Amino acid sequence: MPHRYPNPKRPLGWMGMQRGHRARPLEWVAERFILMVSLSAILMVLLIFVFVVREAAPIFTGRMNSALIKETIPVEKMDSLSSRELRDYLELTPEQFAAMDRDTLRLMMEVKAEAMNELPEYIRDDKDARVNTTKWRYMLLPHRWTGYDSPEYIWQPVGQIHKYNILPLIIGSLKTTLIGLLFSVPLAVGAAIYVSQLARPRVREVVKPMIELLSAIPSVVIGFFGLLVMASVLQGIFGYETRLNAFVAGIALGFAVIPIVFSIAEDALTSVPRSYTQAALALGASRWQTAWQIVLPAALPGVFASVVLGFGRAIGETMIVLMICSASVVSWDIFDSARSITTTIAAEMAEAVQGGHHYRILFMLGTLLFVVTFVSNMIGGIVMNRLKSRLEGGKA
Amino acid sequence: MPEPLIQKIAVGSAAAAAAGSAGPLIEIENLSLHYGASRALKNIGLTMKEKLVTAFIGPSGCGKSTLLRCLNRMNDLIDGVRIEGEVKIGGCDIYGSDVDVIELRKRVGMVFQKSNPFPKSIYDNVAYGLRLQGVKRKSELDSIVEKSLRQAALWEEVKDRLHTSGLGLSGGQQQRLCIARAIAIQPEIILMDEPASALDPIATARIEELILELKKDFTIVIVTHNMQQAARVSDYTAFFYMGELIEFDRTASIFTNPRQKRTEDYVTGRFG
Repeated sequence: MPHRYPNPKRPLGWMGMQRGHRARPLEWVAERFILMVSLSAILMVLLIFVFVVREAAPIFTGRMNSALIKETIPVEKMDSLSSRELRDYLELTPEQFAAMDRDTLRLMMEVKAEAMNELPEYIRDDKDARVNTTKWRYMLLPHRWTGYDSPEYIWQPVGQIHKYNILPLIIGSLKTTLIGLLFSVPLAVGAAIYVSQLARPRVREVVKPMIELLSAIPSVVIGFFGLLVMASVLQGIFGYETRLNAFVAGIALGFAVIPIVFSIAEDALTSVPRSYTQAALALGASRWQTAWQIVLPAALPGVFASVVLGFGRAIGETMIVLMICSASVVSWDIFDSARSITTTIAAEMAEAVQGGHHYRILFMLGTLLFVVTFVSNMIGGIVMNRLKSRLEGGKA
Repeated sequence: MPEPLIQKIAVGSAAAAAAGSAGPLIEIENLSLHYGASRALKNIGLTMKEKLVTAFIGPSGCGKSTLLRCLNRMNDLIDGVRIEGEVKIGGCDIYGSDVDVIELRKRVGMVFQKSNPFPKSIYDNVAYGLRLQGVKRKSELDSIVEKSLRQAALWEEVKDRLHTSGLGLSGGQQQRLCIARAIAIQPEIILMDEPASALDPIATARIEELILELKKDFTIVIVTHNMQQAARVSDYTAFFYMGELIEFDRTASIFTNPRQKRTEDYVTGRFG
């Protein structure tokens, strides 16, 4: 009778697992353990994302209202409200609402109506006091606030009128990140080419760990250095007016980005087969020509990956920008100040009332950051695959 | 200082041609090579003639590839290599202080053991050496690329996909692409380091045919593990053992009537 293996009635996975389980229990356990660890990483990312989005949800669904003067509901009409409407009106959480009896709720309604009536005259006359500033219209578009001559983008979360325009923060993040990348990527990639292709082994052994050591410096120390030393030195060189500005912050950010871009690009360049280098040299190319024309194009997917990771680090970096500059101005001038998204979250989260509109908006900014880095990584992955397949036989 | 070398090679070649017989193009005198403390080549002396194929044979680690790499100074890239003695090409000492290594490598092309086309298109692979030399005109590049690919017996197979990646070719085709790349810049000498060792018998046969064809225009030095291959393609054969040149003679003599006992043992397959 011919023995058929594997038995078609039993799926291979099950067979393999069973046999592995019995024959090599330790390996089986180790394998499962590693699987669990990697799954837990995915789970953590998901959990964090869900938490951040949940906290920001009322902004997205438009249920937040930050207007100073709201329509008050007379206490007599209490009974005509559904419990959900009442809860939203009194801005209570479900737990708080459940813990209160009818009289307390009634009292709260009275207090609320009284508070509205006691608002001073100048606020009652302010047209902006009735504006719900958490609407997208006010968060993204300019608005002519009371006391201003023209429509403007303003982030001013603390005060009578909470102005939550996020455009200054987006510009601040982009400005510092782009300056940081423009400064660090050429330097880091250049250093990677030098170390992997041109340097003598002795030099390489010194330079490589030195650059990688840069990543061991805490960002607060880089920020400190940027604040005290670099700002003055750069002002001496460029002669701009504002001593602490996006330019200084960007350069300091660059120092945090350099080791990341350098070490990944250096790995990519070093792993280009030596046979390419040899072929180019044997054709009479100089070492420079070999490095630029053969090795760098062959390592381009890896070098690109290093830049994407550098971007992620730069846009996510908080402390350096926070220490160096933090005025939320709308200006593309690199010598003006800037306030990045991360900086805003770090600086304001502690003073925002939990569950309040400021708090929710900070979480909305967190969601925005999450999406930006996610999308940039995804685009990076797609571009990298394209580059790779172009190198490996597709259309050149 | 590229000029003197080219001139000297040209003068050397012209002189040889004038003499009526193929004179020595490559002269190696008393060459020793050290890797750190160990000595990989010992007092090698040998001359190779123009437009002939010379094969280097010998067991692994005998120094034949190392010697081949001395001829275009690829050993310079390895740290701790020290070379004594003289290598003259066309009468000019290539280890002289006035020699530009880059210019030398343009005159002495090389094909490697493992085919190593660049991750570029077939066209760009062949054109790379020309572009290095400053050839920019499209028409000129086109014609030299076509000529080189024809000479390497690859044109018919790739003419419709010149702009696809060279890495998409089969192993044998890749090796012929590397040969086309090497001959595109018209070197005088082509060094081949076991060019067929990674190929199947059919692809190997094509490479061997190609070598016999290229012999008309180029001086070829080939390192091989395969003794039948040496017998089939070469005019002269040098047998190396433990870093020494044991015997150097016409290929026919080496394989049918070797003077040295060790050569006989090796070519008859008693060791190696």
